[in-house]
Amino acid sequence: MSFLNNLITGVSLGGIYAIIALGYTMVYGIAKMLNFAHGDVIMVGAYVCFFAVSSFQLPPAAGVLLAMALCTVLGVVIERLAYKPLRQATSLAVLITAIGVSYFLQNGAQILWGAAPKSFPSFFSFGGSNSVSLFDGGLNISYAAMVTVAACLVIMAALTFFTGKTKLGKAMRACSEDKGAAQLMGINVNATISMTFAIGSALAAVAGVLMCSAYPTLGPTTGSLPGIKAFTAAVFGGIGSIPGAFLGGILLGIIETFAKAYISTDLSDAVVFAVLIVVLLVKPSGLLGRYVPEKV
Amino acid sequence: MRVILKNVEPAKKASVNGFVNYALVLMAYLLLQVLIGQGMVSNAMQSLLVPVCCYIVMAVSLNLVVGVSGELSLGHGGFMSLGAFSGIVAAAALQAAIPSAPLRLAAAMLVGAVAGAVGGVIIGVPVLRLRGDYLAIVTLAFGQIIQNIIMILYVGIDAGGLHLSIKDEASLHLAEGGVSIIKGPMGAVGVTKLASFTAGTILILITLAVVQNLVNSRAGRAIMAIRDNRIAAESVGLPVTAYKLTAFVISAALAGAAGALYGLNYSSTVSSKFDFNTSILVLVFVVLGGLGSIRGSIIAAALLTVLPELLRGINLKEYRMLLYAVILILVMLATNSPALQDLFHTLFHGKKKKEDAGK
Repeated sequence: MSFLNNLITGVSLGGIYAIIALGYTMVYGIAKMLNFAHGDVIMVGAYVCFFAVSSFQLPPAAGVLLAMALCTVLGVVIERLAYKPLRQATSLAVLITAIGVSYFLQNGAQILWGAAPKSFPSFFSFGGSNSVSLFDGGLNISYAAMVTVAACLVIMAALTFFTGKTKLGKAMRACSEDKGAAQLMGINVNATISMTFAIGSALAAVAGVLMCSAYPTLGPTTGSLPGIKAFTAAVFGGIGSIPGAFLGGILLGIIETFAKAYISTDLSDAVVFAVLIVVLLVKPSGLLGRYVPEKV
Repeated sequence: MRVILKNVEPAKKASVNGFVNYALVLMAYLLLQVLIGQGMVSNAMQSLLVPVCCYIVMAVSLNLVVGVSGELSLGHGGFMSLGAFSGIVAAAALQAAIPSAPLRLAAAMLVGAVAGAVGGVIIGVPVLRLRGDYLAIVTLAFGQIIQNIIMILYVGIDAGGLHLSIKDEASLHLAEGGVSIIKGPMGAVGVTKLASFTAGTILILITLAVVQNLVNSRAGRAIMAIRDNRIAAESVGLPVTAYKLTAFVISAALAGAAGALYGLNYSSTVSSKFDFNTSILVLVFVVLGGLGSIRGSIIAAALLTVLPELLRGINLKEYRMLLYAVILILVMLATNSPALQDLFHTLFHGKKKKEDAGK
């Protein structure tokens, strides 16, 4: 039974990683940049939702929507101000800028909202209990875990539909394939990249709320470690691939939970990052990624 | 061949540049010694001298990876951590064998450098074969792993030698008279302070000698060629991974030595001292000093380490990291955005720069 419990915890943690990883992978696919600040957008989203619900007494659903809206704006503004001028620059310059943005968000949050961690309210409880007990308490499934997995599946399906069937989604794929050719076909590349950042940041807000519902401490650096782990998940699944991010996220969540349960609580992060190194060694393009040969 | 002969002039210029750096460090050292002798340096400032030396070495060595080799490493603090804790253990273990404190410090720094180099090889071999931004994320992960492992590591010493454990202090099974050096989450405690400003200056000079000679050598030119155009460099037969690994491992070894010096400057050290923030701080030094500019790294590291102390009157602590973040972004935008560069050109040269036909 404890195995099943761990598996469920792992899948729900993995669902959160998967949602974050989707944002990473979409931005990487189109802008070919590692958006280091993505993890900190999660943190901003969680803070917005926290204050909307606890200070302004808004219903949780409105808080989530508000967080999504503000994160979307934040994502687009970051892209416009910091990343767009560097579109022709080396990847090193863009990466350092992204780290700067990440650092800016963390320290800005610390000044605005204080370094002391906040205790996030539990949104998902019915009748005073926040989990369902099965088999006489042998198996506990928290509502937060159910909502996370459901949200993850819905987002996954919506994104697959969006990139596969809609005009904007096709424009996105065209831009990630070849920006120059896409522009010649009349696609507004800049608008498409902004839209990708908007979608990624909105997803980050959702991930932030889900993450803080499951692990209710919220501080200025809450987003950075999950952000890095989600990036690991994106690489694991094959960066640039949407199903890959989903698969990588779920697997990483399961690995982390099992490492915590069966190896050592202190070493679970080390295990997760060791997985990243092994994956890069054995299959650098990830589980579902495509190997793109370099042309001169 | 003719091309190489023509290039005598820049090589000479590079060596003159290198001598200026040595002279700068030596002059700063002598000046500070005189000022300390006169009692004109406050205690708070004096306590910063060794950390400044460590950060200069960190910045110069990181510049070798980021500026010269063009790979982003975010785990430089991890190598510093490896060096610090292995150096502390080495210094404690060699207490009886080497009674002289300066020699023991040198041995500890050597052990730190070896530990850093080993870490560099372990990380560099798998990752430097890859292209893109993977090195950044893996070095970051490496820094976290090191921090995690040292958090649960217990090391003790008694007459029988070193004892290691990852459980708790009791399971070290130390004999009578044994002491534990590293105590898991508490870090290293009861460290004999060995570090001195003179040792730090010598370490800076060694670092400069290593890095400058490497940069101006055949290997250094190969590394820069790989940075500027990997495919072209590969096509003329340069072993890309080997050269990148050389730069990375040398940088890691120097960071390890700096870590050992840093660790032996305090009576206790915790592993969270060398976290992601430390790595970023060193990156800020490198970027602000100018990617690839060794003198820039030295000056930026020295100034930015001393600055918070100088500005103690103003309550800057809270805004310091925010300021660093803004500086990092602005420097990158100013040096890399074509639009901003045109703007600067218009501002300082009166007219718009002509489009570079060569590009």
